[in-house]
Amino acid sequence: MSEETILVSLEVNGKQVSGLVPARTTLVDFLRDELRLTGTHAGCEHGTCGACTVLLNGEPIRSCLVFAVQLEGQKITTVEGLSQPDGSLSILQDSFSAAHAQQCGYCTPGMLISAQSLLDRNAQPSDEEIRVAISSNLCRCTGYQQIVNAVKLAAERMARE
Amino acid sequence: MKAAPFEYVRAESLDHACQMLALRGEEAKLIAGGQSLVPMLAMRLLAPAWLVNIHGLAELQEISVVQDQLVIGAAVRQCVADADPQVKQSVPLLSKALHWVGHAATRNRGTVGGSLAHADPSAELALAAALLDATLSLKSARGIRQVAAGDFLVGPMMTCLEPDECLVDARFPIWREDRSGCAFEEISARHGDFAIVSAAAQLGVDQAGVCTRAALGIGGAGPMARAFSDLARRLVGTRLEEALLREVAQEAAAQLEPTGDLQASAAYRRHLAAVLAKRALLGARRELVLSP
Ligand code: FES
Ligand code: FES
Repeated sequence: MSEETILVSLEVNGKQVSGLVPARTTLVDFLRDELRLTGTHAGCEHGTCGACTVLLNGEPIRSCLVFAVQLEGQKITTVEGLSQPDGSLSILQDSFSAAHAQQCGYCTPGMLISAQSLLDRNAQPSDEEIRVAISSNLCRCTGYQQIVNAVKLAAERMARE
Repeated sequence: MKAAPFEYVRAESLDHACQMLALRGEEAKLIAGGQSLVPMLAMRLLAPAWLVNIHGLAELQEISVVQDQLVIGAAVRQCVADADPQVKQSVPLLSKALHWVGHAATRNRGTVGGSLAHADPSAELALAAALLDATLSLKSARGIRQVAAGDFLVGPMMTCLEPDECLVDARFPIWREDRSGCAFEEISARHGDFAIVSAAAQLGVDQAGVCTRAALGIGGAGPMARAFSDLARRLVGTRLEEALLREVAQEAAAQLEPTGDLQASAAYRRHLAAVLAKRALLGARRELVLSP
């Protein structure tokens, strides 16, 4: 018996997209399996790790905790949407590279989204504010310090631009 | 970690949602922010045949002050309640509780009513509702009824909601004492994770500094958040001396029956309950001194 599917249309990274999926398809699965946007990672799939964090109408959410069908017509930004129009790294992404803020890279897309959403609201965050912003993202490799450094570096670079 | 198949319907109105529940009964579940429900679906602790989405319903999104109550619609997102000046001004304890609820990424979707209806024993909003004696409105196709938070919460993840009922709003009493202060204390593995234990208190005094109203509650150390209204009443008429506050905190903790798990033993939870209850009472008293 094949499962019934529903047409879901969203705006992802500025583009109108749609897919026919069962109602139980989470946003992270919709992004990865339907749209082939595999930048967003699925870790725990129950809301603990933050690897799947994306922006919904500009606010961070966990894409494993929402069904795609619930978001009909809404705007999503994934890690693929952070890079520059020509595909080169954004200042934040480049700062992650420069400050060695990733090792295995599993947490990185979620970290980047959480950090970008912080910088969008607060161009000069303190260490404390950065820590709070990434507190819902687990990293099992870096020990977090390099990530905090990378976000600070990005804020400095953005201020200089 | 994938939910079992279900049929999905987006409710057009509150009445529509209630009709769906009346029709499908136990087979249907309401979904709003889904921040508690989706993990349970993913782990297949629940496998409803129908999901009825009430997230966008305008009828459930309002925050208003009606006489001596702050009324919060069930589908108001936690981030919206957190940022609302009316909430902060009229029921500051609720603002403080919201500060401990989940992470920004979950507060952006999670709703006030969703957390209450999920009734996790360590949920901060359930604790705030129990200790402030909030009233909850429950609606079904049969009509609407109001229950006290203490009667609403009946056990771990258990409420008195009937399968055909929808939580519509939560009404928090606004204290109009001469001066009042409140505090919310919590210990968790990581800020935003489930509380190991939490405690909160609110105190009111008259011009002379004599206590006129008091509330104390503890969460995470029993099957559900619990208010200690008898113990709190003992503070009324006193000058809230430190020794008395300590004694009340100790007695509250002694009345609990916490269980142990991987995170914390029962003994540690009881110890934390006494310490946090004391800190909450002292913190609330400190605000009285600071307030004009
Ligand atoms: S995959 Fe969504 S929080 Fe872990
Ligand atoms: S770099 Fe490996 S989990 Fe963060």
